[in-house]
Amino acid sequence: MSMTNGIRPEHELHTRRRGRNMALGLVLLSFVALIFAVTIVKLSKPQSEDIHAPNFSIEAE
Amino acid sequence: MADATWIDNGKEYEAGFGDYVELLKPRVMRLVIFTAAVGLFAAPVPVHPVIAFAAILCIAVGAGASGALNMWWDRDIDAVMKRTAGRPIPSGRVTGPEALAIGITLSFMSVMMLALFANLFAAGLLAFTIFFYAVVYSMWLKRSTPHNIVIGGAAGAFPPMIGWAVATGGISLESILMFGLIFIWTPPHFWALALFRNDDYKNACIPMMPVSKGDRSTRRQILGYSLLLVPIAMTLAFTQVGGVVYFTVASILNAGFLIGAVRLFRRSEDAAKADNYRAEKQFFGFSIVYLFVLFVAILVEAALRAFDLGLAGWPVWV
Repeated sequence: MSMTNGIRPEHELHTRRRGRNMALGLVLLSFVALIFAVTIVKLSKPQSEDIHAPNFSIEAE
Repeated sequence: MADATWIDNGKEYEAGFGDYVELLKPRVMRLVIFTAAVGLFAAPVPVHPVIAFAAILCIAVGAGASGALNMWWDRDIDAVMKRTAGRPIPSGRVTGPEALAIGITLSFMSVMMLALFANLFAAGLLAFTIFFYAVVYSMWLKRSTPHNIVIGGAAGAFPPMIGWAVATGGISLESILMFGLIFIWTPPHFWALALFRNDDYKNACIPMMPVSKGDRSTRRQILGYSLLLVPIAMTLAFTQVGGVVYFTVASILNAGFLIGAVRLFRRSEDAAKADNYRAEKQFFGFSIVYLFVLFVAILVEAALRAFDLGLAGWPVWV
């Protein structure tokens, strides 16, 4: 869009909308990173040491 | 074309990201994060820092979601009260249906993720907390009984219990006492506020204790709940999460809390009005410090135990 159309390309609403989209994008990226980190942690722990794992038993300690 | 026309002519506000964050009651979330973290770190089962972070995040988002649902339901009374008129819905920054959608979505997300990150028991407790705050407190009790805050306070008391459940997968006396501490602390804390914000609640027709039962009865009940609070706070000192630091801090704070409650009990409404509710405001402020410092003391005890610096021979009765 050009200025000759009488439309301001940088309306305050556009700035706010961009800010909202950027923030939401960051939240989603952080969520992906969190899932990744938790997956790595859970997979790196042997099930025999995981008290929440279904096959955990005291004898295995 | 249509979009450009709308921008030029429309005065309608489109919410920014911060408006949605405000919907989640960030100040309440801070308290939830803190108490849940204390419950989690005080538990005798160590939790990996990444899992602990993820779990606390889920609890915080769940609390925020219930806050959004509360704001959606209370949008009519929020517009009437001075304290809440600036909230995102009454101020026109976020629409009611948007708040409802965010509340429901985040509720489900937080519970499901907590089940995956930690365990089903903790997730179930979080789901119950959201239900309790949004449905039992906001929709049912808040507008129907002067004891609204007593039962509704349970919602705010669950986070340390959920934190404990993340670590241990269950509940125990320690987590029940931490729950009890916040649960019994809530009525005197909120009633002190209601004493000097009485007009706000009156305008919104919310039957807070000073509105429906009067000033004298509220002062009597503040003292009653404060007397109940002391043994709960002190018993924690003689459990696994307590110790000499907690005992010392709790003794001082509980003495202060009781003195404040007796002071309020002995004051008349006229005396309070004469000095613009000075003692009530002081008691309200002190009650915030009281809860915060007690939980800090529990955290300190957990840290001392982690580094084997706890006092040997400290009696653990229960």
